[in-house]
Amino acid sequence: MTDVLPIEVTVNGRRRTVSVAPHHTLLEVLRDDLALTGTKECCLVGECGACTVLMDGRAVDACLVLAVEADGTGILTVEGLARPDGMLSPLQAAFLEKGAVQCGFCTPGQLVAAHALLGEHPHPTRVEIEDGLAGNLCRCGCYQQIFEAVEAVAGTAEAPGGAVAPATAEADR
Amino acid sequence: MHPFTYARPASLAEAVALLAERGPDARILAGGTDLVIRLRDGTVAPGVVVDVKRIPELAPGIRVEDGRLVIGATTVMTDIAAHPVIRHHAAALAEAAAVVGSVQIRNRATLAGNLCNASPAADTAPALLVHGAVLVVAGPGGMRRIDLDDFFVRSGVTTLARGELVTAVELPIPAERIASAHERRTRRRGHDLASVTLACGVDRSGVTRIGYGSVGPRPLLRLDESRTLADAGASADARAAIFETIFADASPSPRSMRAGPEYRLAMLRVLGRRALATSIARLEAEGVA
Repeated sequence: MTDVLPIEVTVNGRRRTVSVAPHHTLLEVLRDDLALTGTKECCLVGECGACTVLMDGRAVDACLVLAVEADGTGILTVEGLARPDGMLSPLQAAFLEKGAVQCGFCTPGQLVAAHALLGEHPHPTRVEIEDGLAGNLCRCGCYQQIFEAVEAVAGTAEAPGGAVAPATAEADR
Repeated sequence: MHPFTYARPASLAEAVALLAERGPDARILAGGTDLVIRLRDGTVAPGVVVDVKRIPELAPGIRVEDGRLVIGATTVMTDIAAHPVIRHHAAALAEAAAVVGSVQIRNRATLAGNLCNASPAADTAPALLVHGAVLVVAGPGGMRRIDLDDFFVRSGVTTLARGELVTAVELPIPAERIASAHERRTRRRGHDLASVTLACGVDRSGVTRIGYGSVGPRPLLRLDESRTLADAGASADARAAIFETIFADASPSPRSMRAGPEYRLAMLRVLGRRALATSIARLEAEGVA
């Protein structure tokens, strides 16, 4: 007797209409119905941040949002960070440059959380970065490199260190 | 996740009728940061989940009305932590909201949800107790107000009756402003539940208010009406004796996985002293300004 409800969401700029079961989460709908598997399923209790997406501009754990709650919202997933031509965003490029990716499983969540952080604090301090990414765990322990990548894009990296030069790094949108 | 029916009432009357009709078979969904976890692990299995986020009376927002600060039930932690009026009138609440979960959690977790879950470790509860919070409640019998101190029973249990829901949280704005501060201990820095969570408030009358949680079945509020704690001339021993009275009812569980009772009781005293010092400093800074 499971009801199915139609919802309308704008995902990475594209309007989508999906029929969802009330007990399915936004994470399940993104991955299983919309085939956007960049958003990862991991702890399912809102601790690890691997499923981080932006919902109306704010970082949320997609495992804790029912898909029906996303009705009428705008969602940004990691797939929406790169430019339409496939070029990586400056933030993504900085992750590569700084070696902030090891196994890569937490990376989509880290990227989306960092993207949100930079939207709010374009030039975050190290403490603001640590607090802003406290909801994203990395079992490989790449925290230093992740923080350095964010600093490189924000132009707050301590010189020297081969940072992506802020003058040439386009503002990450 | 076990299937359920989803209801998204557009009016308060509709929500109250549904909650009254379904009783324990209905669960209220606000931010979902606790409920969705429990729906998934099966510790709750309601027939209907009632999403209250489209009810106008519960809408997010913070406003000053008739000498009170009114916080809509579905206001999220991020907005509480950042709000200038809350930071000014209830610093402890802004500080507590700022450390709930992670950014992702704070963007979803609501103030009313934090209270209605009635977790002994709820970070906003001690701050709200210190600031004399009152819950505005709608139910089958109409509206009523509940002092927050009369709301908590034990973990997961409140004095809300069948069919009732919280629509807003009100804080009085007293003529003598309460300068307050929040402190907590967690196992790791960042995203964790509190092993001890505490708020302190002082005002010009000299009365100190201390709220604390995660050391017993419900958050507690205790007042120092002897005015010793806020008295700059009081000896350390005199203050310590007052703290012993204030913390006498702390009874941390020996079975908690977050921290042992001895650690919690010791930290309660440390946090009490720290929050008191910060509150007094804030009160004095204001006097100078």
